[in-house]
Amino acid sequence: MSAIAFARSGCGGVVARVGEAEALLRAAGALWLAAARTLVVADLHFEKGSAYAARGQMLPPYDTAETLRRLAAEVEALAPATVVFLGDSFHDGHGEARMARPYAEALVALARGRTLVWVVGNHDVDGPANLPGEVVETLRIEGLTLRHEPEAGAQDGEAAGHLHPCARVSGPGRSVRRSCFVTDGRRIVLPAFGAYAGGLNVRDKAFAALFAVPPLAVALGPRHAQPIGWRRLVGD
Amino acid sequence: MDAALAQIELPQPFDAWFAARGWRPRAHQLAMLDEARAGRDALLIAPTGGGKTLAGFLPSLIQLAERPRPNAPPGVHTLYISPLKALAVDIERNLMAPISEMGLSIKAESRTGDTGMARRQRQRVKPPDILLTTPEQLALFCAWEGARLYFADLACVIIDEVHSVWPSKRGDLLALDLARLQQFAPAMRRVGLSATVDDPAVIQRWMAPRPGAEVDLVLGAPGAPPVVDILLSGGEVPWAGHTAHHAMAEVYDVIRKARIALVFVNTRFQAEFAFQELWRLNEDNLPIALHHGSLAAEQRRKVEAAMARGALRAVVCTSTLDLGIDWGDVDLVIQLASPKGASRMVQRIGRANHRLDEPSHALFVPANRFEMLECQAAREAIAENALDSEPERVGALDVLAQHIMGLACSEPFDLVALYDELRTAGPYRDLTWEDYEQVVDFVSTGGYALKTYDRFRRIVQGLDGLWRVRNEETALRHRMNVGAIVSPAMLSVRISSGRRSTPGRKIGEVEEGYLEVLEPGDTFVFAGQVWRLMGVTGTDVLVTSAAGEDAKMPSWGGSKFALSTFLAKRVRELMSDGDHWAVLPGDVREWLEVQRDRSAIPARDEMLLETFPHGQRHFMVVYPFEGRLALTTLAMLLTRRLERLGVGPLGFVCNDYALTIWSLKPMDRLDFADLFAEDMLGDDLEAWLAESAMMKGAFKACALISGLIERRFRQDKKSGRQISFSTDLVYDVLRRHQPDHLLLRAARADAAKGMVDVARLAQLLVRIKGRIRHAALDHLSPFSVPMMLEIGRQRSPGTAGEMILADAAETLIAEATA
Repeated sequence: MSAIAFARSGCGGVVARVGEAEALLRAAGALWLAAARTLVVADLHFEKGSAYAARGQMLPPYDTAETLRRLAAEVEALAPATVVFLGDSFHDGHGEARMARPYAEALVALARGRTLVWVVGNHDVDGPANLPGEVVETLRIEGLTLRHEPEAGAQDGEAAGHLHPCARVSGPGRSVRRSCFVTDGRRIVLPAFGAYAGGLNVRDKAFAALFAVPPLAVALGPRHAQPIGWRRLVGD
Repeated sequence: MDAALAQIELPQPFDAWFAARGWRPRAHQLAMLDEARAGRDALLIAPTGGGKTLAGFLPSLIQLAERPRPNAPPGVHTLYISPLKALAVDIERNLMAPISEMGLSIKAESRTGDTGMARRQRQRVKPPDILLTTPEQLALFCAWEGARLYFADLACVIIDEVHSVWPSKRGDLLALDLARLQQFAPAMRRVGLSATVDDPAVIQRWMAPRPGAEVDLVLGAPGAPPVVDILLSGGEVPWAGHTAHHAMAEVYDVIRKARIALVFVNTRFQAEFAFQELWRLNEDNLPIALHHGSLAAEQRRKVEAAMARGALRAVVCTSTLDLGIDWGDVDLVIQLASPKGASRMVQRIGRANHRLDEPSHALFVPANRFEMLECQAAREAIAENALDSEPERVGALDVLAQHIMGLACSEPFDLVALYDELRTAGPYRDLTWEDYEQVVDFVSTGGYALKTYDRFRRIVQGLDGLWRVRNEETALRHRMNVGAIVSPAMLSVRISSGRRSTPGRKIGEVEEGYLEVLEPGDTFVFAGQVWRLMGVTGTDVLVTSAAGEDAKMPSWGGSKFALSTFLAKRVRELMSDGDHWAVLPGDVREWLEVQRDRSAIPARDEMLLETFPHGQRHFMVVYPFEGRLALTTLAMLLTRRLERLGVGPLGFVCNDYALTIWSLKPMDRLDFADLFAEDMLGDDLEAWLAESAMMKGAFKACALISGLIERRFRQDKKSGRQISFSTDLVYDVLRRHQPDHLLLRAARADAAKGMVDVARLAQLLVRIKGRIRHAALDHLSPFSVPMMLEIGRQRSPGTAGEMILADAAETLIAEATA
């Protein structure tokens, strides 16, 4: 446990060392690499609502608007030079085509004066066709490799998404389940940033092989992110 | 028997069949026959053991026996609806006896969720004369293309246990389906069978086929009044507690002397606890069994079968056995801890002794002093035959959405004609056109202000102006999701095997959340044995045997049911009337007397409020006697206000009778009239409710029932857990972007009615306006002692998620810096 260096930040987030980089784990679920002025968000799953509606399940069509609202708030607070989308930015390959014009325009506005980088994921293998920004497989910033799906086995210096980590903590009489970051100080898995993206408990075996030591979870909250030790986490 | 009824004669072979048994038809059985011959709708209210079921079926059996065979219509003649699958199957068996003994050529068959595929298909092609089924199966029938033809000959529908069905979402669904059946078969008669209720007129109005239509009331002869005793262990009642642990030896003794006893408790934990305790005492090795909703279905069936065979001496059970098939030999009903309501208690007592002329015997075992007051009040109410009443039902909009989708799957509908049809259903008499249009829009596209889903419509309006389902695939998916019961996600309890802890033999199922208070390594009782929790993987709870060890028992103060309004009023009356105390045991009487001397006994229209310091804290104890749900809501809202007043509230506990709040600063100088002002039901309530887990739970139920979220997919069954997570996400997004959406309205109405009990809280605030009796004390009062003992034993519903996380984080930081 002592191998993982972290501290609370004044903004409500948690500062942690990941590989050689100092990362700010924001309460909203974004990763901020201050030295590179880079904001990283994972698994936005834009247009998940309309993907379900097309199959007959009429989920409220506000998920894209809500995800953009959260993203805009992070951009407003941090004024990044680069925004990295860490894959699965769209729920499926037709998501960009279904996206209503005002939302696409909001992304265009967001790109003004900064660079957008779209890392491809398994839901959006080609990346967006018409939105501004570069489409890449992986990216290196601050000694970190940014990719969608974590590489198998313990890795040094990696930031990834894909797994939608979630932490459950038991309290007196009830438990709380929240999206979270999870890191062992060498690599980090980001929570899903999208409004309709669900979560996978970090106690699930999908996480087991990724970390060399029992990792730290940083649970998201309305104002504060909370660092939670491995022993306090429970399965679903 | 009145003269007119005496004129009614049973035709042959019925008359001979009765005579051969030495029976004479009872007055209400003849009255029901008369109703049938006059073609009138009727509600029969009769106690258990009164031949109620036969009274319901007799007219149909006679009509079917007399019907000219060659021209026999092909469809179902009589449809019987039961709230329980087991009951439908049992009635089928019971009907077989008269049918075969009289040699009638009548086919009666049940159809439930458990009915095999082959039988279902045969039933569709060759309908039985009498079909016995459940509200859910009827809803499925109504969503089928062949429904109109299938039910065109329907002469009669019998709704059994109607008193338990109508005031619920299942009742809403049933009322809508009855309205549809009436369209198919306009001459169809409606027959309701009910246990004794406070106000039959509410059920008559619910049943009526259109507004203003009359449903006749037929009353069976009342049975002998029940004999209710209260068990006092050593003549004493404990100060606090919920398990009646103190009296278990006497309870065992009573079971030993009885033929067969049903031991009712209020929660599953109490059931496990009582079962464990009874077996600890069971030197005679009496066959005592356990029955509650968390046990695997096959295990419950086994217990029911053993009971039916007469192989058991006692069953410890929860409300799972409130209704059900007749067990003639039960001669004693024991209620451990408080009964909570008079009607439910009468229902439970009715499970003993199904012979009309002999009284049923019941024994109440109060677990603490407030419960003693409650047991006494219930006993007096039962003796006077005074029961809880239910308010008129307003149909839920999520149920309406499901029904409309079902109809569209069955056949195309006209918007205006359907509106008229829906309003013939009791709970939907006052449905406005605006709400109706919104529900149709919801069914079609989700009903969003943002119109982006028009191209994905689930129901579409054709060139003929009629609405129909988009395609067969959509209809198929709807049919897989029919029903108004949302069951919580279940986890399988399995014995962990091998060193790798792989899931082994299944010993039962528990609701998600049942074991939430336990950590791996803890021991607990389940299915009557002690287990150690190893962990949870996926949908399996892994356990190992911990036989012989003491089980950790989460103290579970709450009961599923809150004290009824009616019984609460009687408790307050009993308490305020010093002359009445003579009926109470000595120690309880003394407790009331000391309370009168040291603090105060409130008058019947007053609410007592005590303030006193204790330890390092200041306490406020309020005694409204209004049920746990309303008091929990009140405590939440008071805490918010006290926070704003700078009093520094630290926590609270509630039970059915009182609530206690403790704080950093004294509260005896507060303006209580202001503190309890009705305006707390405005913004404070809204703000708290929006964030509460109860509201999310209510939304989830509405989302599932309305079809926004599917319960079952065609290929893979999505686990309950995922559904729970995604409805929370949907809730958060919808609340921010369209707070007036239909489903949020429906969820708010449900939460306010059920879990939060806002209506009752509102009544309370009106009742106590200007009638708060404040006793500023410098020490504890006798009344407050049971409340003080609850502190630290109850799970606190107020603990916010943020606090749990912050606490976990602090522990971690302390560890890290140590």
